[in-house]
Amino acid sequence: MAGWETVIGLECHVELSTRTKMFCGCRNEFGAPPNTNVCPVCLGQPGSLPVPNEEAIRRIVRIGLALDSEIAPHSLFHRKNYFYPDMPKNYQISQYDLPICVGGHLDVQLPSGEVKRVGITRVHMEEDTGKTSHVSASGRIHEAEHALVDYNRAGVPLVECVSEPDLRSPEEAAAYLRELRAILEALDVSDVRMEEGSLRCDANVSVRPAGSTELGTKVEIKNMNSIRSLERALVFERDRQIVALEAGQPLVQETRHWDEDSGSTKSMRSKEEAFDYRYFPEPDIPPIEPARAWVEELRASLPELPRARRERLGETLSAPELELEPAVIAGLLSSDRAETFIDVQRRSPEVGSRLIASFVLNEPEAAELSDVIVEILGFVHGERLSASKGKEVLEEVKGSGRSPVEIIDERDWWQVSDADALGAIADEVIAENPEVVEKFLAGKDAVIGFLVGQVVKKSGGSANPTLARQLLQERLSR
Amino acid sequence: MTAELCDAGAWELGAKLDIGEITAAEVIESCLARVEEVEERVRAFLTLTPEVARERAAELDVHRASGAPRSPVAGIPLALKDVLATKGIRTTCGSQILEEYVPPYDATAWARLSGEGGVLVGKTNCDEFAMGSSTENSAFGPVHNPWDLSRVPGGSSGGSAAAVAAGEVVWALGTDTGGSVRQPAALCGVVGMKPTYGLVSRYGLIAFASSLDTVGTFTRGVRDAALLLGAIAGKDPRDATSLDDGPGRDYVGTLEKGVDGMRFGVVQEAFGEGVEPGVRDAVRAAVERISAMGGRVDEVSLPHADYGLSAYYLIAPSEASSNLARYDGVRYGLRVPDASDSIEMMARTRGAGFGAEVKRRVMLGTYALSAGYYEAYYGQAQKVRTLIIRDYERAFADHDVLISPTSPTTAFTIGERADDPMAMYLSDVFTIPANLAGVPAITIPCGLDANRLPVGVQLTGPVLAEATVLRAAHALEADLALALRPPLLAA
Amino acid sequence: MPVEIDVDHVARLARLELTPEEKERLREQLGLILEHAAKVGEVAAEDVPPTAYAIPRSNVFRPDRPDAMLTQEAALANAPDAEDGRFRVPRIAETGS
Repeated sequence: MAGWETVIGLECHVELSTRTKMFCGCRNEFGAPPNTNVCPVCLGQPGSLPVPNEEAIRRIVRIGLALDSEIAPHSLFHRKNYFYPDMPKNYQISQYDLPICVGGHLDVQLPSGEVKRVGITRVHMEEDTGKTSHVSASGRIHEAEHALVDYNRAGVPLVECVSEPDLRSPEEAAAYLRELRAILEALDVSDVRMEEGSLRCDANVSVRPAGSTELGTKVEIKNMNSIRSLERALVFERDRQIVALEAGQPLVQETRHWDEDSGSTKSMRSKEEAFDYRYFPEPDIPPIEPARAWVEELRASLPELPRARRERLGETLSAPELELEPAVIAGLLSSDRAETFIDVQRRSPEVGSRLIASFVLNEPEAAELSDVIVEILGFVHGERLSASKGKEVLEEVKGSGRSPVEIIDERDWWQVSDADALGAIADEVIAENPEVVEKFLAGKDAVIGFLVGQVVKKSGGSANPTLARQLLQERLSR
Repeated sequence: MTAELCDAGAWELGAKLDIGEITAAEVIESCLARVEEVEERVRAFLTLTPEVARERAAELDVHRASGAPRSPVAGIPLALKDVLATKGIRTTCGSQILEEYVPPYDATAWARLSGEGGVLVGKTNCDEFAMGSSTENSAFGPVHNPWDLSRVPGGSSGGSAAAVAAGEVVWALGTDTGGSVRQPAALCGVVGMKPTYGLVSRYGLIAFASSLDTVGTFTRGVRDAALLLGAIAGKDPRDATSLDDGPGRDYVGTLEKGVDGMRFGVVQEAFGEGVEPGVRDAVRAAVERISAMGGRVDEVSLPHADYGLSAYYLIAPSEASSNLARYDGVRYGLRVPDASDSIEMMARTRGAGFGAEVKRRVMLGTYALSAGYYEAYYGQAQKVRTLIIRDYERAFADHDVLISPTSPTTAFTIGERADDPMAMYLSDVFTIPANLAGVPAITIPCGLDANRLPVGVQLTGPVLAEATVLRAAHALEADLALALRPPLLAA
Repeated sequence: MPVEIDVDHVARLARLELTPEEKERLREQLGLILEHAAKVGEVAAEDVPPTAYAIPRSNVFRPDRPDAMLTQEAALANAPDAEDGRFRVPRIAETGS
């Protein structure tokens, strides 16, 4: 595919996880029985009126601030008029030429390690639609005989975030979406679950000869419900367009549907003529004019964003004295456990960082258990507890809430470091395994491991293996 | 027919209810008897609720006997225009498309009256979705004016106006988007008040043109208008455009203060061509009376009022085209059977369910908002709206109240303008500017024309100056001392 | 001059089925009404800002607090057709292919 450049812009829809819907007090929750989270407003009953949810406005302003958008001093809701059975009023309350958040950018770390700045065109507030299920004997949409509509989702607050066409490959698009999702997670504004539809993404794709500055014919693709399917759909669509252009076939500006099963995009033919949304200012909702001071307050209270956090922690974790492998660093950064690692490391400076990482990296509750981890690491470091028993103790603490000392006492897991007691066991093991002893004496040094294992086993697992090896070697070399 | 309880004012009935001289049951029986007597000829109602009304009155009497204090609206029989949602009582908007629709909730204005003991007699006929000036656009037949049964009551709230004029109820609520309370009130010889936009919650008012719609009152006197408005006004958390409670919520307290020293401006553009001589004379005479009472009267100009009609007939249909999109046969209302897909079902349902005027305005509004025309029509109309607001600001800089006729004509005959939409639209030329600017206006009867049909005079005030407007209207009403009684009742 | 409008196109946007007679009458009436309405262009100068709201105000919100909801039965009470707790409509033709 050399000689072509791909141009991609993404339109992401984010359902906010407010308690109630955008314009009424119905519960905003996923999975309730159909048409139970509804009221006159979100059912579009005649005479009902929308009143915007203050928390949703607060959240979109925080999203805008996190994306370095300008928060508009004057913003309006508009009505977007079109007919569809999942729209209770047959217009969607959305925003048009006066969105709440204007401009901005998102810095995306590409797989190459390079950081790319992607422009944000706008971030605006709107309401979600209901859900339609198509019913047919064959199960295929275009053969459906009728459809069923559930309005539980109608009116759920939806933030639309539109990027500039700055992305140049499917990989970049995926990295952008991953970064956006991480930001939304850090802001705690949405569940961002693509499989449940709380994060959705449409892509505008075109290709052009490398070096050209004109945009090619744009195709919009919809219905990708994971980052992986976004990437697959973009690869397919890019290749489809290049093949068509190289064969001299013109492209049409259209909307195409990603089909996960066949791994291809398909044209969505519409019975309707060109859309004409007839936007006009929503007369039921006065303008939104956020006070400067309020916006600055929200800006000051933003949490640390993923990229800043990664940079800060990455620097700490890469310190040469920590001797952490890159894979371990990456693992810590991609989870929320980097902070716990640093905390535990600071409190147990004598303990090796790899040992700490082995305790923290795979423990989902590491942050809550940091005190317990510090205590256990102290025993392991002092050779009073084996590392593997240490992890078992941690599991037990989680299950029972008891203290590590109580558990180790009860299980008798304290390592025996008493030379007399262990020496007696070593003598027994030598007496019981004459063949192995012979091999060792004949120069097969490795078999001592077996004898050490026997000593540990006889001690009920409590023998300090280092001391056991030392005692065996002393006895056999006499 | 002698004056009966149903012909009295609410304040008068209230005083008698307060001292136990009469019961709520007697009041409602009086109204129901009047309904029985005249409704067949007037046809003001689409739905009557006598059982609920009797039950409510009986409850009130029991409650009253316990010595509890009475709200000024308790026990007073009322009617609601059938565009106000009533839980469990069908609400049709005068349309085939909502013939069977039963709302799951109450409009806030009605909820407030109901909560205070208001007694609902029924839902009144109106032009379909409040679009019209004669009530002939109702899918369920026209209302007849109690002053002359061959004439229209005006519209769109013609049923509420006629019911109050005929004594079927003591008072009623209507809605006013371009004059739909004031014009029928004038044509039926009653008092019609359109408050400041947002003073009364629109929640449950089935929208026609959201930026213009208001809930208004029909009463037989100004004092009742003040009482009724006070009961329904005030901030509603369910309507983002409703206004915070301002000072002057008590509209009754200042009624008696008179007009001495008040500054009145007679709108000079409102006496030109198209205004019937009978209307002009009666309104001029009312102006003389105000002057005689000590009001300072001069002429004032609203130079852009002329363009108001054009702006209105772009803004209202545009908003209506969007507001009425929800009637699609999916969630409620009519559905035409046997459509092959949803698009066809919606188009055929709307084609069958809407009447001619609604279709006309939905088409007009859709066109005015569509790509390529928005700026020339809707955009320009919004600018005219600004100019009209500025006209009022200038006029109110040195006037307290503006005076004009309410309607250029008195009641016209049924069918007379049915085929001429432009002539019909001209009925609202004097009432529309107040809706565009959001200011309060009241109409009170100021005499009869040569055909013995009532003439209304309109008094307009600045935003939230309801108390001033009511005070002036009350003074004029007292001075004119017209004892109007439609011939229907005299016979 | 009466304005010429494409009645078929507008009716499609408004999702309104009209008879040929209705279309003819609307073509004529809307043309006349629009001719009159076009007067708004005579006075609305460049520097006049548009008014969308009669009474200026801003920032009217509700707290993020749950309110009463309808039961499924009440939600579907006015439905012309329902199935399995959902509103039933004829097939939706314009999705996918």
